Amino acid sequence: MTLTAKWRQWLPHLGIALVVAYCLAPFYWMLVSSLRSTGDIFSTSLFPSSVSFENYRSVFSPGQGFTRALLNSLVVAGVTTALSLLLATFTAYAMARLEFRFKRLILTLIIATSMFPVVSIVVPLLKLFTDIGWINTYQSMIVPSMSFTLPLAVWNLTTFFRQMPDELEHAAMVDGCTRGQAFRKVIVPLAAPGIFTTAIITFIAAWNEFLIALSMTNKPSMQTATVAISKFSGATTYQTPFGSQMAAGVVVTIPLVVMVLLFQRRIVAGLTAGAAK
Amino acid sequence: MADTAIPPDTAPHAPGTAARRRPGRLPAPERPRRRAPSRATAGTGRLAALLVSPTLLVLTVVVLYPTLMALDESLYGPKGLDPKTGFISDTEPFVGLKNYTDIFTQAGDRFWNAFWNTTFFTVVTVSLETLIGVAMAIVMHRAFRGRSVVRAGILVPWAIPTAISGLLWKWIFNANGIANVVLGHQVLWTADGFSAKIAVVIADVWKTAPFIGLLVLAGLQVIPKEVYEAARLDGASALQQFWRITLPLVKPALMVAVLFRCLDALRMFDLPYILIGAQKGSVETLSMLAQNEASNVRFGPASAYAVLLFLYVFLIALAFVRLLGADLIGGAGGTKKRKSRAVRTPRRRVREVTA
Repeated sequence: MTLTAKWRQWLPHLGIALVVAYCLAPFYWMLVSSLRSTGDIFSTSLFPSSVSFENYRSVFSPGQGFTRALLNSLVVAGVTTALSLLLATFTAYAMARLEFRFKRLILTLIIATSMFPVVSIVVPLLKLFTDIGWINTYQSMIVPSMSFTLPLAVWNLTTFFRQMPDELEHAAMVDGCTRGQAFRKVIVPLAAPGIFTTAIITFIAAWNEFLIALSMTNKPSMQTATVAISKFSGATTYQTPFGSQMAAGVVVTIPLVVMVLLFQRRIVAGLTAGAAK
Repeated sequence: MADTAIPPDTAPHAPGTAARRRPGRLPAPERPRRRAPSRATAGTGRLAALLVSPTLLVLTVVVLYPTLMALDESLYGPKGLDPKTGFISDTEPFVGLKNYTDIFTQAGDRFWNAFWNTTFFTVVTVSLETLIGVAMAIVMHRAFRGRSVVRAGILVPWAIPTAISGLLWKWIFNANGIANVVLGHQVLWTADGFSAKIAVVIADVWKTAPFIGLLVLAGLQVIPKEVYEAARLDGASALQQFWRITLPLVKPALMVAVLFRCLDALRMFDLPYILIGAQKGSVETLSMLAQNEASNVRFGPASAYAVLLFLYVFLIALAFVRLLGADLIGGAGGTKKRKSRAVRTPRRRVREVTA
């Protein structure tokens, strides 16, 4: 009896440990591998025998062009996020607050577009952009990325705006604000956490994009970080540079992991916005 | 949220002003769903159109227009050799439905292989992710301490770019990698073969099962504790509680999660592309096939494959919404109910004040 009681007490902790191990073990392996020296790379010890930053140095060596790739990623994901949020804030406000015809239909259509297979817009756009000379430009990656970030942002923000009580802007409007002023001076500041969360989720989605960036660029200097890493070549052509790939992977992932750690509560709220109705 | 604390503070002076300024708004309870009913139609409609149209415009340009272009493009063949000059001709020949009918001939083998790969990955990964995700959600729901640690941990696979996770698993599944060391058995995971499929499935499940876990956890957290207490009093076992209470109540959240995952798995590209490589028959998905054709300037067939994938995704989504009742936009019914409640409360207060 005491055994079962003890078991019952420890089972949840064991479960939690398993879940965390499941989620973090591969990431930990990436981190450890990135810290091994080239000669040590196939070692399977859980800790690197001696910590070496050799891989990180090779990632940021000028020949690799990885700094430029990071900058490209930042520009593409940043501009995509900013544009999506700007448009989505207005649309989401209308969706959450105004009554108009075809509202449900329009919202369904907007959300449905995010479920679109990206490849079915990449193929025609690749042809179009080739014709108008947009290949290897930022806009050729930003514009198609809007196809999935914009619906994502609209959906998230609509949920956030819906959660805010109607009385807020009623009160503001009663006090003499126009609807526009009520939106600007009352709703947007109060919805700032929601807008911020949506920005993080949208940014991560745009930052992680691969197919569009792969198809729209063929010049190394215009590649985003995800594409650049997948094309990393080692010092010798016969050897896959696993060490530098892992190091670059850590560099690309760390900002996201830090954001996730800082804003986990909000991100979870944003991600599960639609699910818990 | 903390925002809900605000209305009571603003309420005392608001109703009075409302009553004085717009007495016309008061006798409106026969239409409780509309707010500001007297002005709703024309002004609100125009404002809504103004706010919504930029988004619709952008989506038309980046989604609708390319889709129509793809439909048109799929009727053209690849550029051939000009019989007169012997050079590659500038224009693509119109071939009608040939790109579509080709999938039923020899040339269709690659398409059907990609189609079955896509279907295989979708069915297997989503099933496994659902099982593991639900299990994770139940474990997390039970935990009272360390919930924030788990939540942070569970978000890590989600935040890692798929391209990076592809590389990471390629390293794990390397012939001399940790996977083979742990198994104590030499498996050539990343060679073209069935083991490559398994590698892709494992990597995908790792990355997305926690996501389903999160969505299901959100569903679990809204189930009131009293329901379980009542069930326990009535003598329901833990298993019965799971099948009769947890699963039915969490079903809406789960359906949305599974729908999203299915549609996402159907367009799988990054993971097999990086983990195994392009043009590998054992893992080539429809997205990879279309992208490969397009990058080889065979836009016609590429567009046809893209259109077929789009139709496939559309049919699956339709089946989910129609047959299984997945509510994509989170139930307008529920929101309306909440809205009308929110609207009615201040009105009642208004009437008290004016009376």
